[in-house]
Amino acid sequence: MVEFWWSYIWPLIVMVAQSLLLLVLLLITIAYILLADRKIWAAVQMRRGPNVVGPWGLLQSFADLLKFVLKEPTIPAGANKGVFLLAPLVTCTLALAAWAVIPVNAGWVIADINVGILYVFAISSLGVYGIIMAGWASNSKYPFLAALRSAAQMVSYEVSIGFVIITVLLCAGSLKLSAIVAAQNGAYGMFSWYWLPLLPMFVVFFVSALAETNRPPFDLVEAESELVAGFMVEYGSTPYMLFMLGEYVAIGTMCAMGTILFLGGWLPPFQVAPFTWVPGVIWFVLKAFFMFFLFAMAKAIVPRYRYDQLMRLGWKVFLPISLAMVVIVAAVLQFGGAVLK
Amino acid sequence: MDVLLMDYLPLVVFIGVALVLGLALLVAPFIVAYKQPDPEKLSAYECGFNPFDDARMKFDVRFYLVAILFIIFDLEVSFLFPWAIVFGEIGAYGFWSMMVFLAVLTIGFIYEWKKGALEWD
Amino acid sequence: MILSALFFYLFASICVASAFMVIAAKNPVHSVLFLILAFVNAAGLFVLLGAEFLAMILVVVYVGAVAVLFLFVVMMLDVDFAELRQGFLQYLPVGGLVGVIFLAELLLVVGSWAIGPGIPTTITAKIPTDIPNTQALGLVLYTRYVYYFEAAGVVLLVAMIGAIVLTLRHKPNVKRQNTSDQVARTKETAIEIRHVQPGQGL
Repeated sequence: MVEFWWSYIWPLIVMVAQSLLLLVLLLITIAYILLADRKIWAAVQMRRGPNVVGPWGLLQSFADLLKFVLKEPTIPAGANKGVFLLAPLVTCTLALAAWAVIPVNAGWVIADINVGILYVFAISSLGVYGIIMAGWASNSKYPFLAALRSAAQMVSYEVSIGFVIITVLLCAGSLKLSAIVAAQNGAYGMFSWYWLPLLPMFVVFFVSALAETNRPPFDLVEAESELVAGFMVEYGSTPYMLFMLGEYVAIGTMCAMGTILFLGGWLPPFQVAPFTWVPGVIWFVLKAFFMFFLFAMAKAIVPRYRYDQLMRLGWKVFLPISLAMVVIVAAVLQFGGAVLK
Repeated sequence: MDVLLMDYLPLVVFIGVALVLGLALLVAPFIVAYKQPDPEKLSAYECGFNPFDDARMKFDVRFYLVAILFIIFDLEVSFLFPWAIVFGEIGAYGFWSMMVFLAVLTIGFIYEWKKGALEWD
Repeated sequence: MILSALFFYLFASICVASAFMVIAAKNPVHSVLFLILAFVNAAGLFVLLGAEFLAMILVVVYVGAVAVLFLFVVMMLDVDFAELRQGFLQYLPVGGLVGVIFLAELLLVVGSWAIGPGIPTTITAKIPTDIPNTQALGLVLYTRYVYYFEAAGVVLLVAMIGAIVLTLRHKPNVKRQNTSDQVARTKETAIEIRHVQPGQGL
């Protein structure tokens, strides 16, 4: 009995506790990222943003949570009820699931699997289902149109993200996320992280990540001027909140991926004294927040794309560029090595 | 083998905890919130009109073409994954075999570009 | 070990049950959703076998791409399935006959098949445990099996061309944006200055 406890129950409790800890920290971070998004947006437009709930509006997201929980949940009469409620749950769970493999410091990860990056790629490719299911199950015209648009948009940009990941893998030589970070630990500090040698791919990754997470300027899924609120038209209360949560967690995942692939994960900018005193997790959070700041600024500054422009950018610009970069990076690694020796 | 599976156990536990959390949030308002449905509140939103007809309609075949092209490129990317991580070990032969593969698919890409399959109208 | 057996039965039973629901569900969209569930559980079975790369590729390709296409088709066809069911009784005898013949053939094949008791121990290529299996796959796929690999490329090319030939229809009278033309415009080509005399017009 004692043996059973120590070999099965106790590890399980530890795993559940770790998962809960990460999820709670993640959700609190998301609450403040949401606030930061609104504050940055407001600052660009010379407004104040949320500033009533708590000091400087710091408790705004929690007030919103309470409001969503107390709102009346409605399910449209013509909707397909099961799928209608499944859609937000799928969106939120999948978005959260990606965080199981993301290392925030050396060894600080729930599951450091061998195919980590492929897992994140797979999970982000499933994000489209929540939207298709919501759009179809609502049985209303705006959500349906939004679901179609979104599906075509998300799959288009996923191809370029795939090629970007390949170029990083060519340099790093492993699918394990912690190994990819370790491979960037070079002699030149922050200049040996992949953002510099693979700068064009960093840009392609950033813009594709905007499109993949339906962020402005690519938010055609919920373009309020044409589709009211896109696939979320019929949703209210916490089902709506789960979509928002899923969206922001997915943005967080993309920021973390950008950090891991291009900005050296938890590595300090230089391997010298004052930088190495700061724990790795702080560097990781700072870099991820820098990525998010870029996301927020893009939302505040860039006007929305038209749908045909969006598709053109994905298929005719990013796809050829990223494909060519795969070939170029491979050729440099193959033949450049011999020249350098 | 078991070592590999033990890597995945926390993953499953994590997804399970995330699912429970999402489910709890989803169910909460159905328990605590005020409910008073009426037919107008539950009808589909259509800018103030009564819904004209069922929303499940036919749509452009173009979306279908995008999905097919995506499958093909997605497969291409999946072939690149193992290649990228053993790149240093398979030498020039592996490099050139992938270049031939990419060249074949680039022919297809040029064809679809020329045919206007990437135009959105 | 007991844990992996537990997960095997969990994944396998969900996989079989959802595969059954794919053909039993009344609504075709539900069928596709059950198909996705079956794929995900099959990926779980792959992980239990130690084939983690295949598991992830199954999710990326089948769930992330092929099932999206299926959903599109099912949503796009907009078939009235109640109408389709009208002819159900009419076709039942013929369909039943085909089904029975097929079942009989399957039973004959499966019945005469015997798996040697020594098979599990005689597997020639064991799953490598010292290197990740993505790497093991990469080491042979691009060199030893290069012809199959290139053949896969040609198959993809054929699929690409086939899809375009079958589905590409250009709508007439569509105005398209040509960005290179727009960028190449200069003041000379874009603006024409006319001096209009008062009271005359152009």
